[in-house]
Amino acid sequence: MKFTLSWLKEYTSVEYNPSEIAEKLTMAGLEVDSLENRFAYLDKVVVSRVEHTQQHPGADNLTCCRVNVGNLLADSKDDADADTILNIVCGAPNVREGLVVPCALVGAILPGDIEIKKSKLRGEVSEGMLCSAAELRLDSNSDRTAGIMELDSNLTIGTPLAEALNLYDYLFEVDLTPNRPDCLSVIGLAREIAAFSDPAQKLTLPFDNINFNASSNRGVSIHDFAKVEVFDPDLCPRYSAGMLINVKVCPSPFWLQDRLLSVGLTPINNIVDVTNFVMMETGQPLHAFDYDNIAKRRIEVKRAGGNIEFKTLDSKAHNLEPDMLMICDGERPVGIAGVMGGENSEILNSTTKVLVESAYFNPISIRRTAKRSGINTDASHRFERGVDPVATKDVLKRAVSLMAQVSGGTILNDLIDVYPVKHTPAQIVVNTDSLNLRLGTVLSYDEIQKHIESVGFKVERIDTNLMKVTVPSFRVDVTRAEDISEEVARLWGYNNIQTSFPKVPAKANAPSAKIILREQIRDIMNGFGFSEAVNYSFTSASACDNLLLEPSDVRRSVEDIVNPISEELAVLRTSLLPGLLENMRRNNAQQVDSLRLFEVGKVFIATHKGEQPIEKEMLTGIWTGLRNDISWDAKPVYCDFFDIKGVVQGVCSSLGVEQILFEKAELSICPYYQKGQGAMVKANSKLIGSVGKINSHILKNFGLKQDAFVCEIDMETLLSLTSAPCAMGKTTPLPKFPSLARDMTLILDTDIEAGAILSYIVALKTNLPIIEDVFIFDLYEGKPLSEGKKSLSMRIVYRSWEKTLTEKMISTVHADISKRIMEKYGADLP
Amino acid sequence: MRLYCLGIVVEQTNTVQETISDTLVDIEREAFREIESVEAIEAMERLATKYIGRKGILTAFLRNITQLPVDERPSAGKNANLLKVRLEAAFNELKSRLESATEDSGSLIDITLPGRVPARGTLHPVTKISREIISIFSRIGFEIAEGPEVETDYYNFEALNIPKYHPARDMQDTFYVSENIVLRTHTSPTQPRIMEKVKPPVRIIAPGKVYRCDSDVTHTPMFHQVEGLMVDHNVSFGDLKGTLSTFINQLFDDDIALRFRPSFFPFTEPSAEVDIECVMCRGEGCRVCSRTGWLEVLGAGMVHPAVFENVGYDTDEYTGFAFGMGIERLAMLKYGIDDLRKFFENDMRFLRQF
Repeated sequence: MKFTLSWLKEYTSVEYNPSEIAEKLTMAGLEVDSLENRFAYLDKVVVSRVEHTQQHPGADNLTCCRVNVGNLLADSKDDADADTILNIVCGAPNVREGLVVPCALVGAILPGDIEIKKSKLRGEVSEGMLCSAAELRLDSNSDRTAGIMELDSNLTIGTPLAEALNLYDYLFEVDLTPNRPDCLSVIGLAREIAAFSDPAQKLTLPFDNINFNASSNRGVSIHDFAKVEVFDPDLCPRYSAGMLINVKVCPSPFWLQDRLLSVGLTPINNIVDVTNFVMMETGQPLHAFDYDNIAKRRIEVKRAGGNIEFKTLDSKAHNLEPDMLMICDGERPVGIAGVMGGENSEILNSTTKVLVESAYFNPISIRRTAKRSGINTDASHRFERGVDPVATKDVLKRAVSLMAQVSGGTILNDLIDVYPVKHTPAQIVVNTDSLNLRLGTVLSYDEIQKHIESVGFKVERIDTNLMKVTVPSFRVDVTRAEDISEEVARLWGYNNIQTSFPKVPAKANAPSAKIILREQIRDIMNGFGFSEAVNYSFTSASACDNLLLEPSDVRRSVEDIVNPISEELAVLRTSLLPGLLENMRRNNAQQVDSLRLFEVGKVFIATHKGEQPIEKEMLTGIWTGLRNDISWDAKPVYCDFFDIKGVVQGVCSSLGVEQILFEKAELSICPYYQKGQGAMVKANSKLIGSVGKINSHILKNFGLKQDAFVCEIDMETLLSLTSAPCAMGKTTPLPKFPSLARDMTLILDTDIEAGAILSYIVALKTNLPIIEDVFIFDLYEGKPLSEGKKSLSMRIVYRSWEKTLTEKMISTVHADISKRIMEKYGADLP
Repeated sequence: MRLYCLGIVVEQTNTVQETISDTLVDIEREAFREIESVEAIEAMERLATKYIGRKGILTAFLRNITQLPVDERPSAGKNANLLKVRLEAAFNELKSRLESATEDSGSLIDITLPGRVPARGTLHPVTKISREIISIFSRIGFEIAEGPEVETDYYNFEALNIPKYHPARDMQDTFYVSENIVLRTHTSPTQPRIMEKVKPPVRIIAPGKVYRCDSDVTHTPMFHQVEGLMVDHNVSFGDLKGTLSTFINQLFDDDIALRFRPSFFPFTEPSAEVDIECVMCRGEGCRVCSRTGWLEVLGAGMVHPAVFENVGYDTDEYTGFAFGMGIERLAMLKYGIDDLRKFFENDMRFLRQF
């Protein structure tokens, strides 16, 4: 909402300066977004005098002038007294020696973004521009023959024009919250400003002294010309209309155009301009019909009833739905109620009779229509927020009287006022003690009364702490006692409310296990050298294809966004992988070749249409490039499968999830891994994730050129395997007897998995509790081993809880184990 | 070995007493002379063996002490043992001196070469500041709550007193998944979700991702918020001011002033925008605060009675306050980040700085 200081002062005699007004409005909940000097564009326009004129040698209609613009260098010490004389070429017919005129200096930017530059006009230098009033937007007459603006010859040469003509005005832009439609009007804002500048002040309102000019209308009444019928009072509780005849449609007078221009509206013609002006003034949208295009002299307010096509006055066709409220004449729709009028009845230059509508429409209905038809107008903006339901008639009087004034038209006697649903003013009982408790204030009854009365509420005392408050009709946002508390708080000043602290019992509930786990994982991943990424939850619809997911893959159940920002962000992600692969691409492109990134975030699996998707939290990590930073004593080594596998093992063991299993990945589940370099991660026979090397196909799909290793962990499953954060623990006592380690080297077929041998040995623990630990310390393939063979060296650690084991005691056990493995796996000793 | 044996020495002397002393004195003199000339650990160890080893000179002397006259044995034994202690001490001292000398000479390295730093990752700035925010509120008794990111129209709007076709819906550009399912536009749906489950007192803080259909230099379609809610008997607007002041002063510093401005949110009444004194210019006015000296960082207010009615709380008995803040905005101020979009590009050169 825009307004100017000068417009505001039509209704209130505010004493504050513009920045004080802005500050006060902001602190009263009407945030001023910008405040600017309306005449800032005149900064480089000064009062000047034409000292000498001479016919332009090359153009009959141009004059070369010597123009005194006063002392431009007054601030400088040199030439302190010298006036500056500029050469200016002027095309105005009225330019002559001795004329005092406004001169735009080089650098001035005039309305319409016209920048004044030093230039040559047909070979003659021109160092400024002598301006017409229209060029300075000081008059609406754009007729060039009117010539340059002739100023009072007594003005001091060199004075800035705004100062010389006493042009002082400021433009405010208020960012209104949707609850304050009353302030979508200059009067509404004046009411607020008056409340905090002088609560006792009465506004000067334009609704008094409206003259129905009985002499010129010869007693003709509007009722002889038109009839209004409201068929759907639920959507149109009130419809008022007024009428003028003998209207001459033409451009508005300057003051009216200027008011509209000052708040960013475009003048159209005198009738339409009045509707817009009065809307800005009062907040009540109006519409003017060309009466001669209203069939059967009737206005019918009713739902469209069926699907119809309708052309609005901006010449656009709209498809309207049956329940949208229309303004119709005796035959057809002539306007979309509260939204926009129709082309078929708009005011044209030929119009002589004008029917003016001032109505109150149901806000929800207007909003629905505006939303669905995609038309948002100043009118619908106000109606959908709620205009003053009782103001239609007063506003109408103001409008028709202004129209008569600017169009020479005659107002017909009386107004039509169809008012099927009477407005009852809201009354609220307010307990001042509760109000003070809610705010944390100790305001007296009288103070509270004073504050709310200053903005139009009426107070009636019920008891020492009870008041009956009548809400003014324009405050459609106030319906309950809590709303009154806000009025009091904002008028008393939020910053005057004492700071206090809640008195509530102490509690020490820990975060949920899920939250603790997430934070633990972040720290663990940091410790493993992974930095945290956060990607959008949206991705492109092609993400699943890029990951080569099978048609039956659950991650194909993507949830589409109905109104996406772009193709790239059109669906909710079902995997964190595409985001991280894209991050890798981006970083590689920035010459960051080695990186470890992880993301903890949700993926979304669509279920049934119209239901919320399943939200699943995932951990996904990606490692590419070097295993370690470049060092002075080690050759650079690139990371591989076992690095990323180690990360998964590390995460699990840090969280106390032991005995995780890695099984060859099924390509149908993880089609993005390279064959033979992908694994499913299981624990306690639950699938918790996968780990592997991204295959070349995927690399290509994501524009990547180097190997990438990835792990994915389902946080919920992982959580189910960890013990509760505050669970009681049991610590194993330390062994009393020493351990003994024995090595074993076996020659195996290469396709026998090391994991199988390890788990075989681990399984033996059940019967041989002296096996404490087993690990692989060497793996060899190549000569002198024959093709298809590998040598695997393991160390088994033995320990008894009862006694010190001797070499003798374990050599039989150790030999037996190796024998069993040899038999089971066809292994040989070296 | 036998040459040094006590018996022989005895045989060669007349004054047994003197002889014994002399012998021990000789042993001592000889031992210390030799000790002085030792320069290597190996030589020192040989020397130790020679004197106090299992078959060493002094050991042999002690072993053969029975061959001395009975009355001389005690003093001879005592002196010999004292000598042994002195020698042991001397050898130990020599040993540690030689050891550290060896260590010093063989261990010169260039200590300016870089150490092997274990790899270390960084937290995303959103996580980092969220932890800080949560930690502050945890210290004053708030618990963490979470809710779904894809919400029903009911929890995202209706339960929060934003009916369908209410102009307040324009305050947030909403992503729709279907007619009644939206990507939550704020973390506020957590409020009714929690209140439906628990009775007052309620003190929660709810961080999370939110989505708005808006993308330009200062808006990303996804960002993060933290929601706060407190409900109990007699919770006042003053309490809201106190709680938020405490929070801001912890997050930034004690000198940062706060300003509460009336505003509008359908689910609070009264509602407030909370500005903090610009952390960059301290209220002087700069580019960051658009020369106003203030930064808008929080929305807050007293919970609207309609919200309580929707969750079945008695509006006569309970009052509460709620607040919400944009995490990226606070992170930008706290860490001096100049571009919102950097949060989601995941450029290592950016992430590394946190």
